[in-house]
Amino acid sequence: MRDIAVIASAQIPSERRSDLSEIEMVQKVVTGAIEKSGIDRRAFDFWCSGSADMLCGRPFSFVSALDAIGAWPPIRESHVEMDGAWALYEAWLKLQSDPGLHCAIVYCFGQSSLGPVPDILATQLDPYYETPLWPDSISVAAIQARALLDGGRYTERDFAEVAVENRRRGKSNPNAQLTGDFSIEEAMSGPYISSPLRKHYCPPLSDGACAIVIASREKVDELGFAAPAWIRGFDHRVEAQSLGVRDLTSSASTQLAGRRAGARGDSLDVAELHAPFAHQELILREALELGGSVSVNPSGGALAANPIMVAGLLRICEAAGAIHRGEAKRALGHATSGPALQQNLVCVMEAN
Amino acid sequence: MSEDAQGPITMIRTPVDLEYNISAGPDLTLFLRGLKEEKKLYGRRSPNGDVYIPPRGACPVTGQPMLEEVEVSDHGTVTTFCLINIPIEGQELKPPYVFAAIILDGASLPLFHMIAGIAADEARMGMRVKANWKPDDELVLSLESINYFEPSGEPDADYDSYKEHL
Amino acid sequence: MSESSAEILTAPYRLKYSYKRTTGPVIGRFLTDLRDGKITGVRRPDGAVMVPPREYDPETGEALSEFVSLPDTGVVTGWTWVAEPRQLHAMSTPFAFATIQLDGAHTGMLHRVVAPDESVMRSGMRVRARWAAERVGMITDIECFVPEESA
Repeated sequence: MRDIAVIASAQIPSERRSDLSEIEMVQKVVTGAIEKSGIDRRAFDFWCSGSADMLCGRPFSFVSALDAIGAWPPIRESHVEMDGAWALYEAWLKLQSDPGLHCAIVYCFGQSSLGPVPDILATQLDPYYETPLWPDSISVAAIQARALLDGGRYTERDFAEVAVENRRRGKSNPNAQLTGDFSIEEAMSGPYISSPLRKHYCPPLSDGACAIVIASREKVDELGFAAPAWIRGFDHRVEAQSLGVRDLTSSASTQLAGRRAGARGDSLDVAELHAPFAHQELILREALELGGSVSVNPSGGALAANPIMVAGLLRICEAAGAIHRGEAKRALGHATSGPALQQNLVCVMEAN
Repeated sequence: MSEDAQGPITMIRTPVDLEYNISAGPDLTLFLRGLKEEKKLYGRRSPNGDVYIPPRGACPVTGQPMLEEVEVSDHGTVTTFCLINIPIEGQELKPPYVFAAIILDGASLPLFHMIAGIAADEARMGMRVKANWKPDDELVLSLESINYFEPSGEPDADYDSYKEHL
Repeated sequence: MSESSAEILTAPYRLKYSYKRTTGPVIGRFLTDLRDGKITGVRRPDGAVMVPPREYDPETGEALSEFVSLPDTGVVTGWTWVAEPRQLHAMSTPFAFATIQLDGAHTGMLHRVVAPDESVMRSGMRVRARWAAERVGMITDIECFVPEESA
């Protein structure tokens, strides 16, 4: 496996409704990440993006977002209809596959403010058996939360603790959206959206974007980059789509991806978990066997800011950032996709 | 639903019907407000000097933010066109009619609009046209503020003057 | 016009797609039977019965074709109470989304449960299908499930 590192990232603060268009959001984060990397815009060997057209209701909207990256003369480019974390996976694979390529930039964008996100996400369910009932994304997550409570390992208080902790930690993240000192009691007395999920256990609706730059060892040496976050393991796994055919209280795909990526839960300094709903963090912590010494979601996670199609790559940006700043030697970024943690990706990074 | 209610089901209808509240962003807002509130066409200058209309959120060549707003003329030159002969849903003009790329004076990229005021077979490259605006009290926040473009009466433009825009 | 005074324009926008989907023989069989008031699952090689039926075993990918008739009763295996239905739910009163394991089946089916109130709901509760008056070959031919004692 080639040595490839995350060397830079950029994001814009998540907000309930951004005045920027998608193109303007992308322009800011792409330019920001390029400037931090010190690499000339024309020198990038590969560009890859992640987004979902249904969010803005405009088919092929990712094509117009190309305006924001200056695709002239023609560049080598790709897109995934996924969270940006999967675009990063493609870019990493591209660099693995061709020793002639040395650096890639990945970006993603999503606006939850434009359309009815909980309904839009119902279109990712089975189109014959499930979508005609329009099970919104919060209700689908709530069925999972109920199953977890029924399993007896957790109580609602555990959900509340996750929510309160993430929003407290998010206070030190200038890009987070919903942060503050909430009490457990406050969280547990809030209104239900779909029981047992109360408002506090659900993510905010966010607009946002981020970009990340990866480079080969040759490029890192050439740039003299001091604190690269070397990607030591990268894997993603998917489970069956139908809600009725898998165990919602555990995450076999996260567990397998974590093992394949060499996560070793007790060896990590930081783990950034993409758990939009509070109970999902409990499932992910178990699947990755995170030890008590691991700092989980110092950024506040997706409960503090959840730009859809972005919040997964943001986890990897935050985990890499901890290594860049010297706060972590070994960090994990996780991303999820699909209903109730159907698909999961794990990226393990290490310092020099 | 099957065509024959008693036969086997082979096809079902799975319609999608979603309500959005879309945002124009700052640049398109500039353009649309110009049409309705000032009866003017606003573009934006890119870092390499091109004037884009409608303005875009970023320069598609350099990836840099766009610079100052620029008013362009409502007169221009037809660079290329096509003849619409078939009826389609939502169509307001009766076929045949002309749909054209028009390079407005002061702009670097063409705008697309209908051409009227001539017989369809008189449309030609290089033809000079001007906007036919709706009355002031009927202007809207869209390109429908311009009914169509029509001949301006100026002599046709030289091919060399617009060949870069084809 | 000045940039600072320009409030960003927004507009309502309705996206409608009139999709049709072919069903294939397995889903088509299930939907045809639903229209006729029957529920049909499919048996996996390990003997487990899956309903709604899939063309392939979700674990091995093996093609499946052995259909099994099932009753319209079962138990709730997971649920959530929706106190304020969204427009697309097309429900005028609070209801539950639930996974329901029909008697004789080994997997859950996502559907709606209509009950007097949330306090009635629990995992393990028995439910029975309430059939739609007019059936057309859609999953909504089962209007919802209701607690068995009230069926």
